[in-house]
Amino acid sequence: MHSVVAIKQVPDTSNVRINPETGTLIREGVPTIINPYDIHAVEMAVRIKEQFGGTVTVISMGPPKAMEALIECVEQGADRAILISDRRFGAADTLATSYVLAHTIEALQKEGPVDLLLFGKQAIDGDTGQVGPGVAARLQVPLLSNAVMIESFDPVARKAVIHRKIEQGVEVIETSLPALLTVEKEIATVKRAALSNVINAARYKPELWTGDAPVPFDPEQIGIKGSPTIVGKAFTPTPRGAGAILSVAEKGLRQTVADALAMIVQANVVTFEHHNGGRS
Amino acid sequence: MSEQIETPAPRIWVFIEQEEGQPHPVSWELLGAAARLSAELPGSVVEGVLLGHNVAGIAPQAYRYGATRVYLIDDPLLEPYRNLPYGHGVSMLVTKYKPEIFLFGATTLGRDLAGTIATRVHTGLTADCTELTIDPKLKILAATRPTFGGNLMATILCRKHRPQMATVRPRVLSMPEPLPAAEGELLREPLDLNERDIPVRRLRLIPGKEQLNIEYADVIVAGGRGMGGPKGFTLLEELAESLGGVVGASRPVIDAGWLGHEHQVGQTGKTVRPKLYIAAGISGAVQHTVGMSGSNFILAINSDPKAPIFQVANASIVGDLYKVIPELIRQVKGTRNGQ
Ligand SMILES: Cc1cc2nc3c(=O)[nH]c(=O)nc-3n(C[C@H](O)[C@H](O)[C@H](O)COP(=O)(O)OP(=O)(O)OC[C@H]3O[C@@H](n4cnc5c(N)ncnc54)[C@H](O)[C@@H]3O)c2cc1C
Ligand SMILES: Nc1ncnc2c1ncn2[C@@H]1O[C@H](COP(=O)(O)O)[C@@H](O)[C@H]1O
Repeated sequence: MHSVVAIKQVPDTSNVRINPETGTLIREGVPTIINPYDIHAVEMAVRIKEQFGGTVTVISMGPPKAMEALIECVEQGADRAILISDRRFGAADTLATSYVLAHTIEALQKEGPVDLLLFGKQAIDGDTGQVGPGVAARLQVPLLSNAVMIESFDPVARKAVIHRKIEQGVEVIETSLPALLTVEKEIATVKRAALSNVINAARYKPELWTGDAPVPFDPEQIGIKGSPTIVGKAFTPTPRGAGAILSVAEKGLRQTVADALAMIVQANVVTFEHHNGGRS
Repeated sequence: MSEQIETPAPRIWVFIEQEEGQPHPVSWELLGAAARLSAELPGSVVEGVLLGHNVAGIAPQAYRYGATRVYLIDDPLLEPYRNLPYGHGVSMLVTKYKPEIFLFGATTLGRDLAGTIATRVHTGLTADCTELTIDPKLKILAATRPTFGGNLMATILCRKHRPQMATVRPRVLSMPEPLPAAEGELLREPLDLNERDIPVRRLRLIPGKEQLNIEYADVIVAGGRGMGGPKGFTLLEELAESLGGVVGASRPVIDAGWLGHEHQVGQTGKTVRPKLYIAAGISGAVQHTVGMSGSNFILAINSDPKAPIFQVANASIVGDLYKVIPELIRQVKGTRNGQ
């Protein structure tokens, strides 16, 4: 049993600040975290390992700093961690990212079969949710996006039953393995890291893969060259602009509410069938 | 086949999403956007792509919303939706007809499919766009989307690869007016796939408890952490009901389990554009406001005069929501109670 989990280190967007003059991200002092969905994917892979044996490999494409995130995954129970890092990978869009991750997984498949591929539903910095579907398409494995539960898993018959969240409810799907899942947080609650894993992780050094070694990547498909999309311009969203402020303390409850309703009526957005204009 | 593509006109394609024969309204919103793009791209045509089983009846609706032609793949393997046969069918159409632009709804289905197509045909895809225009100089699609949790907007271009693909969430674009009688051309294409080629099978569907469609509600009464607990939401329900609306919520409400996730508005919830949005006890974090700032009229109720929600509201009441909401209910019900 070999599961591969793709994880990304992202800025904690709840703390993001933008320089209003340049429209760029203020990176200083912004903490980085493992993309919240991805840690649940790691947890799921570890549970599969606990039940069926085997190994969990985590992979990430990113700057050297992403080593921290990988080590955190080893604390969480992953056996092997690979950082794919090279300046030439920089400014990759989702097509180039999916190439690098798919190519890495193909290299791992040459070492031995990979049974399960786990990705987060989306990364909170870009919010695209495109990398998982892209990797599945490249590797030609079944894609199960928005997975919330693995109902059954049979590594011998190479089949699994997966629940995925769709608009109409929860869809229960039988799939052959290997398959690629993009996971919601419900897939597995993250447990506290076991002490033995934390001790392991303290000594563990993630592998560093570059653009050339141990497997060469196609220079045409990585980084800016491999990215069909470019950012034309970036700007801070224009605020809607504040409207009237009505204070209960100043005008009293009844009048304030009546004024607010009168404004709604005036804006002609809803009609109050039984409404007397707010002056009750 | 030696079928000639008779028109070299740039094609603007919209994926007509349907499930169980029901078209998703985001498809019509996208056709509206496609028409606006087409006006900026002389000679271009707006066309729909429809897959499913026994769904030809949806095509005339697409004509009314502006498609001049609908490409249809009708096959039993396409019901219910599965990524592989849809991915196969749609990429085949793209390879054959070479659209210039291809738009999808950023629904669960649309995202699943668009990511697959873009990779299969090797092109760029911009997710969750909030605005689509044609760059006046380059004459290509300029797709604007929020990033970094809505803190920054970025306009994305796809210069050399085709089609230029984008997804847009439901309700981000306005619904166009349908033409009463519009005609179009239906072009059928085969799927060319066998069940044994498809490694996944739907065993069953567990229907969602509540089919709450807050995206398409005209009135939303939303509560935030300031509600203090699940109890207050009965008040919001009462107000919503008296206005013919539904209840929405900010994320902490969902995280605390006060309401189900189908009520969540915002970046990781739903985008809504009701005529009236009432926000009670919601501070107005950007992750929330990106999901509701398209509302026609926003009334915010917050005890903190500095609450950021007041920056986006048309009318703001500074006060305790537990006093204001009951008074609102009383006045809205107004004459009915003879008061
Ligand atoms: C990646 C990411 C995605 C996110 N996605 C979403 C999303 O989709 N949707 C979303 O909503 N949030 C989202 N968030 C969270 C968002 O950043 C905010 O934390 C959240 O919106 C705050 O919710 P709130 O306004 O209900 O709570 P708070 O910020 O705690 O605000 C509560 C407000 O209630 C007011 N209040 C308290 N008591 C009263 C009273 N008695 N009367 C009147 N007013 C009162 C307070 O003054 C305060 O302004 C996301 C965050 C991240 C990092
Ligand atoms: N640079 C990366 N390295 C490893 N995994 C990634 C990377 N970017 C995205 N992913 C994976 O793809 C998922 C979706 O990301 P995105 O498509 O960018 O929203 C994430 O949750 C990760 O599992």
